[in-house]
Amino acid sequence: MTALLIRGGYLIDPAAGVDGLRDVLLKDGKVAEIAAPGKLKLANGAEVLDATGLTVAPGLVDIHVHLREPGQGYKETIASGTAAAAAGGFTSVAAMPNTTPVNDSPETTRWMLSPERKAAIRVFPIAAATRGSKGEAINDYAALKAAGAVAVSDDGRPILKDNIMRETLAAAARVGLSVIQHAEDTRMTLGGSMNAGPVSFKLGLRGMPAEAESSIVERDIRLVTEMRDTRVHLHVAHISTAAALAAVRQARRSGLRVTCEVAPHHFLLTDEHVGLYNTNAKMCPPLRSAADRDAMIEGILDGVVDAIATDHAPHALHEKEVEFENAPNGILGLETALGLSLRWLHGEWKLPLGRVLSLLSAQPAALLGLKGRGTLAVGSFADVVIFDPKAEWTYRAVEGKSKSRNTPFDGWTMQGKVRWTISEGRIAYASKTA
Amino acid sequence: MLRCRIRMNPATTPVRRLLNTPPVAPSPFPYHPGSLLSVEDLSLEGVSHILRRATALENEDPLVRDRILAKRRVALLFYESSTRTRTSFELAAKGLGADTALVSSLSSSIEKGESLKDTGLTLRALGAEAIILRHNSSGAPWLLEEATRLPVLNAGDGMHQHPTQALLDLRAILNHLRPGVETVTAETLAGVTVSITGDILHSRVARSNMMLLPRLGAKVVLCGPKELLPELAAAMGPGISVERNFEVALDQSQAVIMLRIQAERLAGMQLDLEEYKAGYQLSSQRLAAHAPQALVLHPGPIIRGLELTAEVADGPQSLILEQVRHGVAIRMAVVERALTTAKQEGGRA
Repeated sequence: MTALLIRGGYLIDPAAGVDGLRDVLLKDGKVAEIAAPGKLKLANGAEVLDATGLTVAPGLVDIHVHLREPGQGYKETIASGTAAAAAGGFTSVAAMPNTTPVNDSPETTRWMLSPERKAAIRVFPIAAATRGSKGEAINDYAALKAAGAVAVSDDGRPILKDNIMRETLAAAARVGLSVIQHAEDTRMTLGGSMNAGPVSFKLGLRGMPAEAESSIVERDIRLVTEMRDTRVHLHVAHISTAAALAAVRQARRSGLRVTCEVAPHHFLLTDEHVGLYNTNAKMCPPLRSAADRDAMIEGILDGVVDAIATDHAPHALHEKEVEFENAPNGILGLETALGLSLRWLHGEWKLPLGRVLSLLSAQPAALLGLKGRGTLAVGSFADVVIFDPKAEWTYRAVEGKSKSRNTPFDGWTMQGKVRWTISEGRIAYASKTA
Repeated sequence: MLRCRIRMNPATTPVRRLLNTPPVAPSPFPYHPGSLLSVEDLSLEGVSHILRRATALENEDPLVRDRILAKRRVALLFYESSTRTRTSFELAAKGLGADTALVSSLSSSIEKGESLKDTGLTLRALGAEAIILRHNSSGAPWLLEEATRLPVLNAGDGMHQHPTQALLDLRAILNHLRPGVETVTAETLAGVTVSITGDILHSRVARSNMMLLPRLGAKVVLCGPKELLPELAAAMGPGISVERNFEVALDQSQAVIMLRIQAERLAGMQLDLEEYKAGYQLSSQRLAAHAPQALVLHPGPIIRGLELTAEVADGPQSLILEQVRHGVAIRMAVVERALTTAKQEGGRA
């Protein structure tokens, strides 16, 4: 029996409607009690964390990460990726299936969940929607769900065929899984390495048009509309264009279960940030125009965006130190998401702290049906992040926990320093300095 | 700063407010002041310096010239085939007395998978003091410069830049329209319209010229079909416009730059060549009817009978071979600049 008492902190739990000074007692991996400061009796042997002046919140939930295992351990391992997640305040991450082999089987799903992977926090595998993520034959979703998968997706390799996408949505709905689509019509992005527009023209790089994203989102929404099945849940991964967001907004008004996530780089950066071929500003979907970026900010502020997800995509140094067109897509995200969200969404754009935290925990947890996550209501999992909301700090990629360093945010000022991250009652991360 | 509509609360009307967003960090390039990566890195004074040195070096006694860079080491690193650029860079460096070493992708460890970074570091370890790079990927010279911190001369990167081509085109144009002028200003080419016609989309020559000529006061008219010339090209800077009708473009031009269709970069694009020729081929008749006085330039290689006819290529208005000669002079000047401009410690040049 292990107990942990978090004393003197300011608790923000948007899902439970709590916003005030509270002490929190964690016991046996769950939230045992919440009370006004000083009211909780110190249980025998309970460890005490002094959270005076700090914010206590549900551990963050990232529903879009690439942990690179199995098969690409030189980029990241489940151990290193979850250590990075814990350092960033995350206690749950959903891992995309574009590993080697592709996670399209209960065996691989179980392998990822094995204690031998030494995950610092909870990992929720997302299984491939189709065999080998080839977009041809759908997998056995019931078996994958039983093995621990929380959603299906062919992330990075969008499902283009209408009939396969329809089948995927229907089969996933039958077993209660969400379908996460990486919306990109790859027939329109062939050879492209950044957003299509004046910047790509000037740099002499082939462009990926915004319509490549919005046309797939519109197609998927049309399929969901035609299916007339309320169990169908389409989730649009890393949405990046104004047109695609407008389609999601419209679908929601029509009462469809269509949700979306935005990555910090898409609400902060534009294609101008590619600069002179910075491969750490190359990802898919690419950094878009200022108008698209502004639409992402607007969507977050007005609530149409359901979650912030990082699309944490580690790549080894040698893979990014190449010609821009030849560099792989993706950047790190787990260790900067909270600091950037607090600095910009809350600090600059005045989104209330509770709303920022909800986008990073309660909403993504609800979206994938992660029960007992994203809240600190009594009986929930003891997943907690304790941070100093006022602290400003400078992110240094070399000091990160990830195995890789590919980030455009190296040297950026962050707001909100994580002091402790607690995963199911166990301290998964503690900062070196108080 | 951006203007963004925010619905603070669905019940209230949208309010406009100014939002601060993350700025774009200034570029650290070029790291070496002797590098020439893009025409945008050159000030007008820098352009003038190169033009003056080109003339001085061209007129210099070869035996004196030979001592300017005696035994200095220059590497030519070529990932794409080239006749004019490679040979003229090589003759330029050798004409100044430098030793040159040519590495091309087909006869080197690049074939075995050695990266550009490692190739550059190897050349530096071999004693190269500057690297002249031709590469099929846009942006490759920036990668090479960052890796080696040597002066890098961009001899053409993908669809992006070919700065010495723009400088030699400028020299050829000045030679005829502003004879004797070597010190250029923002008004030097005022009243001059230069049209660039053909495969603009894939052309580093077009991008280099359109980023240079307007800074000297010239108007640049881009001409070509939609597939090869997106409308947004007109937004690249002041003084640049798009004209679909070739004859209308010719009517305005004092200089006509023709471009080759870059079959190797079409990437599956279907183009009807007969239709293209009907619309955009420079023939003697068209030239006589619409631009009888204009200079005709072409960066080469030319495909006779496609973008221009043999009569035009060999005709009295053609500067095509004169351009090649300017290429040697300009490249002598930039090689000299690369090896005689001292590196300043601590970042931005």
